[in-house]
Amino acid sequence: MKILTANRLTDGIAVWYADGGWAETVDHADLAHDKAAENRLEAIGAKAYAANEVVDVNLIDAEVVNGVVQPVRLREKIRAAGPTIRNDLGKQAARAA
Amino acid sequence: MYRYDEFDHDFVQARVAEFSDQVQRRLAGEITEDQFRPLRLMNGVYLQLHAYMLRIAVPYGTLNGKQLRMLGHIARKYDKGYGHFTTRQNIQFNWPALSDIPAILADLASVEMHAIQTSGNCIRNVTADHFAGVAADEVADPRPYAEILRQWSSVHPEFSFLPRKFKIAVTGAERDRAAIQTHDIGLHLKKNAAGELGFAVYIGGGQGRTPMVARKIRDFLPEADLLSYCTAILRVYNLYGRRDNKYKARIKILVHETGVEEITRQVEAEWQELKDAELKLPEADIRAIEAYFAPPVLAGRPEGDQAVKLARLDSKGFSEWLDQNVVTHRHPDYAAVTISLKGIGEVPGDASDSQMEAIADIAEKYGFDELRVSHEQNLILPHVARADLKAVYDALVGIGLATANSNLISDIIACPGLDYCALATARSIPIAQEISRRFASLERQREIGELKLKISGCINACGHHHVGHIGILGVEKKGSELYQVTLGGSADENTSVGEIIGRGFSSEEITDAIEQIVETYLGLRLDPQEKFIDAYRRVGPAPFKEALYAGEAKAA
Ligand code: HEM
Ligand code: SF4
Repeated sequence: MKILTANRLTDGIAVWYADGGWAETVDHADLAHDKAAENRLEAIGAKAYAANEVVDVNLIDAEVVNGVVQPVRLREKIRAAGPTIRNDLGKQAARAA
Repeated sequence: MYRYDEFDHDFVQARVAEFSDQVQRRLAGEITEDQFRPLRLMNGVYLQLHAYMLRIAVPYGTLNGKQLRMLGHIARKYDKGYGHFTTRQNIQFNWPALSDIPAILADLASVEMHAIQTSGNCIRNVTADHFAGVAADEVADPRPYAEILRQWSSVHPEFSFLPRKFKIAVTGAERDRAAIQTHDIGLHLKKNAAGELGFAVYIGGGQGRTPMVARKIRDFLPEADLLSYCTAILRVYNLYGRRDNKYKARIKILVHETGVEEITRQVEAEWQELKDAELKLPEADIRAIEAYFAPPVLAGRPEGDQAVKLARLDSKGFSEWLDQNVVTHRHPDYAAVTISLKGIGEVPGDASDSQMEAIADIAEKYGFDELRVSHEQNLILPHVARADLKAVYDALVGIGLATANSNLISDIIACPGLDYCALATARSIPIAQEISRRFASLERQREIGELKLKISGCINACGHHHVGHIGILGVEKKGSELYQVTLGGSADENTSVGEIIGRGFSSEEITDAIEQIVETYLGLRLDPQEKFIDAYRRVGPAPFKEALYAGEAKAA
């Protein structure tokens, strides 16, 4: 399964494509289960990049764990949570609060 | 300290205005990311995992209290309350919004700072010995020459689009604390038999995926010829350096592929054309720049001896800190203090906004308003009266920055690694933290003695692992982090590249492996004076391999 991720142009914050927009957390990112869906996500990413909404657009591997979407690779897990050495920073900070 | 003249002010202001306009146009969608990327990189703006990152130059590592206080202000107002001091004497902020960067650069310009040429294929921030102007073993302060190089290299039209980045370091002492042999150009300021100042010139050092120790191409270059000679080197590089392959584009590859004799011949030939022309530095100009770096007037403070003696009796902590983090100054009543940004279990090189402000206060009150950033990711107070050392120590204890571990195993260099960096293959900070905690006892650390441990989160080697006595490189293998260990590297006047000791270790195993290496060293050193690096050079890798892997061979 794949999801679409990028960084927002204005502040660089990591975002994931979900429900027709860019969400600040990965939890409910739109999942692509097949090649056609991947192509659709890719097209959305290309369009958002061209519209200067986001930069560094990528399709990444994901899985569903306990009902929420999670990236597979460590790099993407860290992007989705924040630095592993500072729980007070990044997405995980809001979750803990 | 160097003060901007009118030209510098105008230049930095003009750049702030220009880049602010570029940011506005980017935010308005008038320029694309492909057009904007090279522009933002020229101004130190990267995109990392979580956000943008801004790298700010601290030229030759020197700054004053006002500047450090401004960095603290930026950390608080625009970032998340901290900054990361790097091995290139820069500071990086990890969370700035692109839309805030014009305001940050304007704030920086108000204290004579900027982010120009902290990225891109140009001549980067020139680095220098962090004890410049202080060290007893120095023939002259190397920073005036670093400043001359800065002025010459800033938006140099011929050298703004080199094959690859270009790094210059200068030291003024026999004992190299600026790691000059790991730089594209390394300059060792010295005196010849006639007592004149000049440089031994090294080229082609570098780390990254192909580490190489620089080669000396000239034993003595008169100081007046600094710019003409550097121009000659850069011309040869700019002309023949490879542009077909980014991994082979550094000057080290050119030196290696051309051969040091041939490239020396090319440089010298080019220099013959340049040496008697307008790049020759007039004596008066050198001395004028030098005057900016004149040390503060250090009044005699002979009461220091007694004060230190008494304070030692009073406080064991102070006594340990004095032995480890305080070094002698040219003036006997003064000392240079290393403020360790390596508290046990902390993130190497990070300082909080309030710590930066408190250090600025200390520098203003006790340190003649001068600070240094060391390439080992610590801060330095270069001039402190011995009589004030206890007060400085107490102030540092108050902000949690009095760890007495300078040059010990927990004084670890570590790059941001996979916790921040988009290029990383593994994390480096948590490994540094775990090793630091494992060796938390300062008594044990002192027993081990000088040991330089350096960690990078990918083959780019920002964490200097190749030249660590113990180096750790984090890679990704089958989806997990794996840590490769090198031994025997060194970044001083006897620079060497470490050797890979064997198969890598998982994140769970790596700290045990480091401990095993240290125990092996303790078991084989001739006496407590024999440092790790000297012992390694004497015995080679075999005993360490045996200790780490012998069990496996038998099991297999
Ligand atoms: C986080 C963003 C960073 C990026 C994207 C980055 C990128 C790179 C790259 C690509 C190289 C390899 C250059 C080559 O081999 O040609 C490199 C080398 C290096 N970087 Fe970084 N770096 C970053 C952060 C840092 C930090 C935080 C430090 C200091 C702690 C640092 C200091 C160095 C040094 C000393 C080298 C090796 C010297 C050499 O150029 O041969 N970098 N960096
Ligand atoms: S060594 Fe690699 S992981 Fe570490 S900062 Fe440099 S590029 Fe990033």
